[in-house]
Amino acid sequence: MTAIRGTGGGRYDAIVIGGGHNGLVTAAYLARAGKRVVVLERRHLVGGAAVTEEVIPGFRFSVFSYVVSLLRPEIIRDLSLPAHGLEILPLESTVTPMFDGDYLAAWPDADQTRREVARHSLRDAEAYEEYSRLMGLMAMAVKPIIGMIPPDPTSLSPRDLRGLLRVGRHFQSLSAKHFHLLYKLMTMSSADFLDEWFETDVLKATKSASGIIGTFMGPRTPGSAYVLLHHYMGEIDGAFRAWGFARGGTGAISESIGRAARAFGTEVRLDAEVTKVRTQGGKATGVVLANGDELQAPVVVSSLDPKRTFLRLVDEADLPADFVADIRRFRIRGSSGKVNLALSGLPDFTCLPGVGPHLRGAISISPSLEYVERAYDDAKYGAFSRRPYMDIILPSMIDPGMAPPGKHVMSVFVQYAPSTITGGWDDSRRDAFGNAVLDAIAQFAPNIRDVIIDKQVLTPADIERITGLTEGNIFQGELALHQLFFLRPSPGWAQYRTPVRGLWQCGSGTHPGGGIMGAGGRLAALEILGTGA
Amino acid sequence: MTRSLPGTPFHPRTAPLVEGQTWRRWAGFVVASSYELHHDREYHAIRTSAALFDVSPLFKYHVRGPDAVRLVDRVVTRDVAGARVGQVLYTPWCDAAGKVLDDGTVSILAPDFLRVTAADPNYRWLCENARGLRVTVDDASESVAALALQGPNARTILEHATGTDLAGLRFFRLQNALLRGVPVTITRTGYTGDLGYEIWMDASQALPAWDALIAAGTPFGLTPAGILALDVARIEAGLLLLDVDYVSARKALIEPQKSSPLELGLEWTVGFDKPAFVGREALVAERERPAEWRFTGVEVAWEPLEALYTDLGLAPRLPTTAWRTSVPLYAPGSEHQVGYATSGCWSPLLKRYLTLAHLEAPYAEPGRELDMEVTVEHRRKRARANVCALPFFNPGRKRA
Repeated sequence: MTAIRGTGGGRYDAIVIGGGHNGLVTAAYLARAGKRVVVLERRHLVGGAAVTEEVIPGFRFSVFSYVVSLLRPEIIRDLSLPAHGLEILPLESTVTPMFDGDYLAAWPDADQTRREVARHSLRDAEAYEEYSRLMGLMAMAVKPIIGMIPPDPTSLSPRDLRGLLRVGRHFQSLSAKHFHLLYKLMTMSSADFLDEWFETDVLKATKSASGIIGTFMGPRTPGSAYVLLHHYMGEIDGAFRAWGFARGGTGAISESIGRAARAFGTEVRLDAEVTKVRTQGGKATGVVLANGDELQAPVVVSSLDPKRTFLRLVDEADLPADFVADIRRFRIRGSSGKVNLALSGLPDFTCLPGVGPHLRGAISISPSLEYVERAYDDAKYGAFSRRPYMDIILPSMIDPGMAPPGKHVMSVFVQYAPSTITGGWDDSRRDAFGNAVLDAIAQFAPNIRDVIIDKQVLTPADIERITGLTEGNIFQGELALHQLFFLRPSPGWAQYRTPVRGLWQCGSGTHPGGGIMGAGGRLAALEILGTGA
Repeated sequence: MTRSLPGTPFHPRTAPLVEGQTWRRWAGFVVASSYELHHDREYHAIRTSAALFDVSPLFKYHVRGPDAVRLVDRVVTRDVAGARVGQVLYTPWCDAAGKVLDDGTVSILAPDFLRVTAADPNYRWLCENARGLRVTVDDASESVAALALQGPNARTILEHATGTDLAGLRFFRLQNALLRGVPVTITRTGYTGDLGYEIWMDASQALPAWDALIAAGTPFGLTPAGILALDVARIEAGLLLLDVDYVSARKALIEPQKSSPLELGLEWTVGFDKPAFVGREALVAERERPAEWRFTGVEVAWEPLEALYTDLGLAPRLPTTAWRTSVPLYAPGSEHQVGYATSGCWSPLLKRYLTLAHLEAPYAEPGRELDMEVTVEHRRKRARANVCALPFFNPGRKRA
């Protein structure tokens, strides 16, 4: 995207700090309402953690975030994102290779999937359909919560009471069975929750993996079941739980939002790092850039994570001490890394040799629950997983434009890679981490090292260094129950406001949280405009 | 690796017959929609000679053990405990709220051996209900192949093919036989409302069984027939179809999508005298209340329908292939919707436009006049329709 590399100072109605997808969404909505808006992005491109970069010549990577499903449909509509270049291609299947040479697959078709699961357990094949249906219903049940500004349950303001009443009525409308299920999802570990449904270990392992992505929890950690649900909330074309891949990588999503924002008149400045939020009398007045330029606006919105916003950009003296303590306590431990591979050919999986439809979907390295839990054990004690859980996709199989003809790119999401490891991350530990990942892949696709042209290994420290995400946490703070909804990021400050008047927050660290969702960005804009519910 | 859906055990015989590559999916298999380019002749074979259907995709469960009857009796609404070996029972089964999960048949093969057929997978449900019982449940869906031989010549053909006198095999009874050397179980059942049999065999014996029936049946006009022909016949027979005429309580997303057996016209299948079965309490309570919904036949009147077309200078267009969409039904001349039809077709035999419909009980008595929504040349119109008792077609030979 060609952005305006504006320089110098200036006066605006609103300044948005950070050109990630949430910052751009907030900017687009504010500009759509006629505000004069500037987005300030530290890097040379928009997107934050949703960027596509040609890291290796000829090979384009969704460097960090790599799939999409949570992007709110109302944002796609409101901002006409397809007209600005958004194209989402289906990511249809998930295949889990097993140690015994077999595999478990979830195909896009219900009959195919039932037949496949029935190879492992007839009972699970039937439970699978019921489970999927119920999780879909649960996602429907929480959808209104996702789309609302969290009411403060301790507040007596008419607005909060109205909001609480809406939440209460909504939950009352659930059947007892569904309410109980929701309660379990909110409290149980994903492994325990899945034990109630299935007997096939590899099936539970693969399902549980979506309960740990991006969090510093294992499948047996209470609370991880909620993340299962969070990942069911994705909606594409009205269907819950549909994952997709953006043509051109996840950067194309950010760019489409950026284009929409600019079409509404937003100025997007690149290479424009904000170092300080200016305040006067407890009120935000503007920002200072690294190059010394100052910009003024009565509204300053930060899309950065809560720690970066409040502990780095704002003068601590401008914040109440208990709020600062809350933000310091906010759990944001990074738990994942990323390995991007440029390949001369396709990986050959022992369980499904050759080229096949499995290479157009996700490949989950989660052969057993114990494997995933042990991967967590390593992390718990300050090491990266010797045998990590991985979520692998080959974007060039879905969008050939991502690699030169006949060649491929492979995206490997790796968990666990703790943000702080014993001894700290350095080049040799990064190399060791990269090797552990390739070893783990080679267990199932022995030719992997033969087809690698080049690789990029990203530790949480690298993710933080490049994107600015504190501790490299992809959700800007863990999706744990104690920091969701009216507690995200801090009790009393979950409505996108901050203790500094005129300073707002709109990142994934706000309700409803992470993924390329954009919901925080949209709700923040509605709140700033005073049109939120 | 192939992800293709498999054909049935009869696929090597059926595949070469499909002239237009018109396949459809049924329970994870591919089966012929019709063998010829149009299903006309296949339909007429059902009513005038005999048709041979591959019904192997049905889900089949073998329940064995001293408590086999107890388990099935506990799950389904029919009184299985009161039935004898050699009987076949058509029955729905319900969840605890008395809402229908599925429907199928129960064949009592031996005192400790029952076969349950179903439209949807039910292995998990049977197993869950089998806790504490001395019983094993096996999924025989793939190991047992099945053919339906339906039509007025069905008995003659089967007698020729098996060398067995079938005059004593009554409606909804079963008998074992050898079909040119292949051991089969013959049940006098079907989905056409005609004289007919279903023939169950080990999947490995499917091809010789098919060949034997074709050889014996061809002189009597036996015609392989696909699902499109079957669909017309089952509407004439007033037989409902899961996922088309009703939604399984297991799959319903909201309460109103569910139906009780009473609301589906299946009150006769509910063994209220049985001491216990899944859903009994709810059904007993429901019987005490006036019914809210009825499942019944609705016939679209010919002349008013024809007039809608003649007004535009067109000849009437009739659904020679059955439709499976939901069509609103109204109180006559009003905007008050009183129900919806879920299946419909033109009956080439009866020369009537037939539909199966859910109606609010006060509008469901036979003869009641209704309006059905029809689209004539892109515009919504109302066609006159009348409630009819089911079945529409019920020949004496069916039970004779």
